[in-house]
Amino acid sequence: MALIVDIAVTHIAGRGRQTLVAIVGVAVGVGFSIAMAALMQGGQDDFVRQLVDTMPHVDITDEQRTARRQPAEDYFETVAISGLRPRDDRRGIINPTAATSWLESWVPGRFAASLKTQGVIRYSSREIGAAIIGVEPERESGVSPIVGKFVEGSFSALAAGGNNVLIGNTMASRLGAGFGDTITAVSSEGLTRNFKIAGLFHTGTTARDEGEAYVLLKNAQILSARPNAINEIRIKLDDPNRAPAVARRAEAELGYKAVAWQEANESILEALVVRNVIMYTVVGAIMLVAGFGIYNIISTITHEKARDIAIMKSLGFPESDMRRLFLLEGLVIGAAGSALGWLLGFSMIYALSLIRFEIAATGQEMTRLPIAWSLTHYIIASAFALGSAAVAGYLPARRAARLNPVDIVRGAT
Amino acid sequence: MSALIETERLTRILPETVPVTLVKDVTLTINDNEFVAVTGPSGSGKSSLLYLLGLLDRPTGGTLRIGGRDSEPMNERERAQTRLSTLGFVFQFHFLLPEFTARENVEIPMRKLGRLARPVMRERAGELLSSLGLGEHLDKRPDQLSGGQRQRVAVARSLANDPPLILADEPTGSLDSKSSEQVFTILQNLVRERGKTVVAVTHDLDMAARMDRRIHMVDGKIS
Ligand SMILES: Nc1ncnc2c1ncn2[C@@H]1O[C@H](COP(=O)(O)OP(=O)(O)O)[C@@H](O)[C@H]1O
Ligand SMILES: [Mg+2]
Repeated sequence: MALIVDIAVTHIAGRGRQTLVAIVGVAVGVGFSIAMAALMQGGQDDFVRQLVDTMPHVDITDEQRTARRQPAEDYFETVAISGLRPRDDRRGIINPTAATSWLESWVPGRFAASLKTQGVIRYSSREIGAAIIGVEPERESGVSPIVGKFVEGSFSALAAGGNNVLIGNTMASRLGAGFGDTITAVSSEGLTRNFKIAGLFHTGTTARDEGEAYVLLKNAQILSARPNAINEIRIKLDDPNRAPAVARRAEAELGYKAVAWQEANESILEALVVRNVIMYTVVGAIMLVAGFGIYNIISTITHEKARDIAIMKSLGFPESDMRRLFLLEGLVIGAAGSALGWLLGFSMIYALSLIRFEIAATGQEMTRLPIAWSLTHYIIASAFALGSAAVAGYLPARRAARLNPVDIVRGAT
Repeated sequence: MSALIETERLTRILPETVPVTLVKDVTLTINDNEFVAVTGPSGSGKSSLLYLLGLLDRPTGGTLRIGGRDSEPMNERERAQTRLSTLGFVFQFHFLLPEFTARENVEIPMRKLGRLARPVMRERAGELLSSLGLGEHLDKRPDQLSGGQRQRVAVARSLANDPPLILADEPTGSLDSKSSEQVFTILQNLVRERGKTVVAVTHDLDMAARMDRRIHMVDGKIS
């Protein structure tokens, strides 16, 4: 084998410029693939992180996945019941203290119960429909998407006064209200209550900045005339990846719909998969092109070295050695290109990571490109490169190995 | 004297649209320690016969036994292995690997066979080349050698694995008379002093006359 390596090296070294071109071809392919993968993965991670940050990892609401069975259905299996008007459900999570203390006992993370009710916020003569969310400030701070996103005031201001409210800055400007103004909340039950704006937040999520008003839980319960009621438990896990398992367990035990963030964003996550498929198709195409370069050089070598192949075969090298020889030459070029490509890819990623730019829309933030540093990208790009090198080397190698030495020896004499 | 090669009605026909007969019904025996000349006009099938004897080509008819072993059932690998260990080829043109030095070229068959340690191979290659008067040129590449020197390197290489049989196709055909004589003497000594068998194709009737036996071919047949 060492002999085959020696011969392969002399063949490659004997044609420096062409070899260099082929190696650079592979390197550029590998380098760009790595850089592209880092950017795409970075963008995706960034996106998913925002997704995971802004929404609860598991959201338990007072809904069921199927309509509640009527008591009669439990008693009379074969009886079909029609025309029956189901009893009005008293909405809300039944027995909230038992539910929360059970969750407390095992959920690896933080959670907060809240009561969300639809209502209207009124200021002077303007009205805006809003979700009025009643929260317990200490618990809520562990799961809330608005903590730390305040333009004026702060989240802790909610607990400071009995009738404080936190609203988004967009809602405030649409109402024409400002920090410290008193607004009126009207619930769907028709009850009204005045609140003082103790904080204005800006999360970047329009629906939230425009349509959510945070008040103390007891205020929300009063507004909706449902003392002690809650209708949502939001969970933030230490490890967001465990959300589906936690959701399954909570749903099985509590009987309420528990949605993991992965389920809530299924279509987005699917779109990310499609994006990755597209990306690796492009990587494959780049490597195919790099493969042509390798094919070209190995083909040329096998043609130019036809005489040497005949010599070696006449000396007693079997066909398998000849195949191995040229396959090895392809792989050496692939490996060298790969190594150079790693360097190139790393440099490009590093250069990209230094770029800082301003997002025009918000103006105030300087951002860097989202970049994922992952060894996997390097390995995948190399695997593609070596795979294409193997194919590009093997095809001419197989042809060369089959070459009949007699034809060549005879041709020369 | 035992038979190194035995053929029986050995035939090679190229399966073209008009089949070309290269070798026809050749029955011969080549014994140990013989110096055999193959003569005949150009195109009479001498080279073709040599390729068949050297397992480079496969016959389309007849049988060939090499070292008592029938060549017919051998696969490509076994034929290659037999070439490597029991045969040495010398062609009209030198056919050395151009990137390697004289010594490296001689080492290659040894390295392929892998029976000796690397330093021993190196030493042996040096000895073989020196014995053929190339002691000064061990580290020269083929393009730095003259035709006669290259042909002697080729002879040294054919001896690398100490095979009992050397097949030479017009080994002096492209050499001047002085180099020709030199190479001929070397081949002769292989038979006389080292106990080898040499089968050499030659146009030179004087040379053929100085060999043990002559096989004359006309139109693919022995005449
Ligand atoms: N591939 C081929 N196609 C057609 N004819 C061939 C081919 N190879 C060899 N021949 C013919 O076969 C004959 C024998 O060739 P060869 O064995 O080289 O003869 P020699 O070595 O005695 O000159 C020649 O007439 C040659 O032209
Ligand atoms: Mg000939």
